[in-house]
Amino acid sequence: MSRHVWVLAVLLSHWTRRRTQLATLLVGLISATALWSGVQALNQQARNSYDRAAATFSGGKTAMLIGRDSPTFSQQLFVDLRRANWPVSPVVEGRVRIDGRSYRLLGIEPFTLPEGAGTAPVIGQSQLESFLTPQGRTLAGPETLSDLKAREGLSLLVEGGMLLPPLAVQDQLAPGVLLVDIGIAQTILKMPGQISRLLIGAQNIGNRKPLEEIVGGRLRRIEAGERGDLERLTSSFHLNLTAFGLLSFFVGLFIVHSAIGLALEQRLPMFRTLRACGVSATSLTAILVVELVSLAIVSGIVGLMCGYVIASLLLPDVSTSLRGLYGAQIPGQLSLRADWWIAGLGMSILGALLAAANGLLRVYRLPVLTAAQPFAWQQTQQRWLKRQGAVALLITAAAGAILYFGDSLASGFAVLAALLLAAALGLPVILGLVLWLGQRGANRPMAKWFWADSRQQLSGLSLALMALLLALAVNVGVGTMVQSFSKTFTTWLDDRLAAEVYLNAVSDAQGREIVAWLRQRPEVEAILPAWRTDVTMDGLPVEVLGFADHATYRERWPLLESQPAAWDKVREGHAALFSEQLSRRLKLRIGDRIALPASGGPWQVDVAGIYPDYGNPKGQIGIGIDALSARWPDIARTRFGLRVAPERVVDLIAALRDKFALDGGRLVDQATLKAESTRIFNRTFAVTSALNAFTLGVAGIALLTSLLTLANSRLPQLAPLWALGVTRRKLATIELLKTMSVAFLTALLALPVGLLVAWCLVAVVNVKAFGWRLPLYVFPFQLLELLAVAMLAALIATLIPILKLLQLQPVTLAKIFADER
Amino acid sequence: MLSVQGLTKSYRASGEQLAVLRGVNLTLAAGESVALTGESGSGKSTLLHLIAGLDSADSGLIMLNGEPISEMSDSARAAMRRDRLGLVFQQFNLIPSLPVADNLVFQARIAGRYDVAWQSELVERLGLSALLDRYPEQLSGGQQQRVAIGRALAIKPLVLLADEPTGNLDEKTADDVLTLARELVAQTGCAFLMVTHSARHAATLDRQVHLSAGLIA
Repeated sequence: MSRHVWVLAVLLSHWTRRRTQLATLLVGLISATALWSGVQALNQQARNSYDRAAATFSGGKTAMLIGRDSPTFSQQLFVDLRRANWPVSPVVEGRVRIDGRSYRLLGIEPFTLPEGAGTAPVIGQSQLESFLTPQGRTLAGPETLSDLKAREGLSLLVEGGMLLPPLAVQDQLAPGVLLVDIGIAQTILKMPGQISRLLIGAQNIGNRKPLEEIVGGRLRRIEAGERGDLERLTSSFHLNLTAFGLLSFFVGLFIVHSAIGLALEQRLPMFRTLRACGVSATSLTAILVVELVSLAIVSGIVGLMCGYVIASLLLPDVSTSLRGLYGAQIPGQLSLRADWWIAGLGMSILGALLAAANGLLRVYRLPVLTAAQPFAWQQTQQRWLKRQGAVALLITAAAGAILYFGDSLASGFAVLAALLLAAALGLPVILGLVLWLGQRGANRPMAKWFWADSRQQLSGLSLALMALLLALAVNVGVGTMVQSFSKTFTTWLDDRLAAEVYLNAVSDAQGREIVAWLRQRPEVEAILPAWRTDVTMDGLPVEVLGFADHATYRERWPLLESQPAAWDKVREGHAALFSEQLSRRLKLRIGDRIALPASGGPWQVDVAGIYPDYGNPKGQIGIGIDALSARWPDIARTRFGLRVAPERVVDLIAALRDKFALDGGRLVDQATLKAESTRIFNRTFAVTSALNAFTLGVAGIALLTSLLTLANSRLPQLAPLWALGVTRRKLATIELLKTMSVAFLTALLALPVGLLVAWCLVAVVNVKAFGWRLPLYVFPFQLLELLAVAMLAALIATLIPILKLLQLQPVTLAKIFADER
Repeated sequence: MLSVQGLTKSYRASGEQLAVLRGVNLTLAAGESVALTGESGSGKSTLLHLIAGLDSADSGLIMLNGEPISEMSDSARAAMRRDRLGLVFQQFNLIPSLPVADNLVFQARIAGRYDVAWQSELVERLGLSALLDRYPEQLSGGQQQRVAIGRALAIKPLVLLADEPTGNLDEKTADDVLTLARELVAQTGCAFLMVTHSARHAATLDRQVHLSAGLIA
């Protein structure tokens, strides 16, 4: 044992003499682990929340029955099913407003609740008793209590004047959820005799009739284990984050690979001595693995801490994104499980071993006698370049094939991954070719040396340059996509929010009163009912909008494609307009006919047009307002859009507020609504921008560390020139010029690759993930800006080794010759 | 102690098979010191490497203390080098990241044959007392070679193999180093096989063996 400890001590002693190299290795591992685990922390936090939400009696863990055509159904069906020995338990769900904020109110019946359906089995006996008393209890998660600024025992007043039972904390409940007895929920939600769904228990209670015999076609069964809406809707967002995390992880591994490769090469004489002193190849390799794993554990722990900090910083933006895009509630406080820490450390160790695998294998196979010779990167470079070029071409072809044959989000990401990998592998080949051409064209000796030495240096720098290319291409791609989205979104928002004022009355009666009052106001040019209802189609929530027959819609509502006279057909009640994502999901085309689940039964309509509906997780259908009133007579008639002369908006809002006591949530002007939408949009992409910046930063570090580790091995190349009379200042200038040239070439190549990435994101990934396709715009100024940032990063990375070279004492250069005895 | 019988070794160079050793026979008794001389390319270093188990022979037998080195696995050869052989190279091959003190004890430590008294004596005899905290790059060539000899003799090997140990040193230093090595070898009683180009240095050992065109002349 002590023998192995001694060998390990000798191997570790290398790092005390090469601290920069050690720092490089650790920085690589720390960055890789930090970015990967940071993203995973965000994903885990969100998934935990979905699990809690799914566990809140929404059927994630148990089978359930829901209304086939409407969100609620009669309680009598529950009674009928129980009598027929069906182990069902009723749940009522709705939303309540408390202090201007909306909360999800759930009503359950604890006695019939199936095991594992939610929090009921862990409600203690005393809590259960108080839950069932006439006064009852309102159970809420700790985040909800904190959000409400309320304490246990407090009774909250719901907007509308009703009082909730006293609060009690239930840790397992999702944020934003309030849980009460079903009777209380039905009263507060004004749903007497109605229930939202029935959970089906697993236990078998005697013989039971088939479901259809009891409920006919009124209920639909959803099996347990089907993913919840939130999980399904947000999976693309998390896949996106994971892809970014993985990219950053690999960029970090580029640094590790480069540092380990160099460390192994520099230690070859040491390995030879160790082998000569009797350390077998197996022992040496095993001890190198132990050394690497030890370093990976240390940097993994630091990386996890950094990852935690990154995740904490990004969590508010992720939370906003998920709420804005999908309505998902994520608590603002990170709480991570042990498996996150273990998985993070595992990734660090696995990454280090992956990055070092090739080098370790070479050490293991190395004959003792040739051990002292360098790996001769340069000698094998040409052969490798050819192979690498061939692999890059093959991967490009594979990307084309996946693009042609694939039809899923995963295939979209596979195309992206293949594209980036091919570009990274092809980079050294292209750079090698450019430098070779430069060398052929050069006449003066210094110019010849410049090109030849750049070619020789390429092998040591290529990994860092590949990392730079990847980071830049992703920055260009994602940046272009976000900017294209931003431009499209702004125009789209201008058209969609055409009314100057939006109001939502408290009740239908107030709605009628307000409309009557508005008709007396000369500044109001039009009152546009904006009534809507929710239906379920193909198991997914869909919103049905009513369009008034008005020029505002005909002239402003953006349509991607439509039939001739589409608005006339909509007004007449024969046709409907479909949101882009819903039309893709239902595979609808213009002219198709489809049945909508109207209150009175299926209603056949033609698809007259398709319109963009960015950012809406629900599908949406637009029909004529008269058809909406006729087919869904029970809808709330409270929402209106008002066309008002812009200069009169402020006065009208003030008057409405005074007259009808409407708060900010019920009365809003166009500018405020647009500002809020834009704010949500910007925060949605704040995470992406932050990850972009991190990735570029890691690529910059990769370049810096590669240059620093190469700096010492550059001396034998530079010393002869110095001996021949080239000043250190000139040598430093040439070194700077060389690195900047290859960095510039890399950045230039990254631009077309980045635009391809943007196209792939817009045309493939977004369509599969969100259901909408954006027009792609190229922003030359943004590309120039990124190019400048990349060159600045390269300059900063180059300056440190250059300054070291400038400060080099002549005796150090002279020593190069002294060592060549 | 050491016996080499019918040893052959050839390399492939520029598409042709080049025979370096063509049936070498050699014996070395305990306590005996032998100089291996010959022109460049005659196969001296190859023979030394084969004896040290750093390379494998094409045919022939190498026996060390009755054990066939030439038939051992890589791990067994490594163990044999660790426990029984001392190696000294022209390029010193010290571990640059360890100070002199650790370089000196390294092989003895991993062989489990660390002897404090012997180690102290070696340090004193080699004149390294004042240099123990220095790193190899802070030493002269002669000092580095003395450390290398100390490291090799720390395990009291059966055979000390030295490949042109004075090739990088000036005449005076080379004489001093070799004198020290001979004295210490005599003290330990191990066999000593030294490859050298110097006829003068070869003459100071018990016996000279000349290798010419892959055969002992």
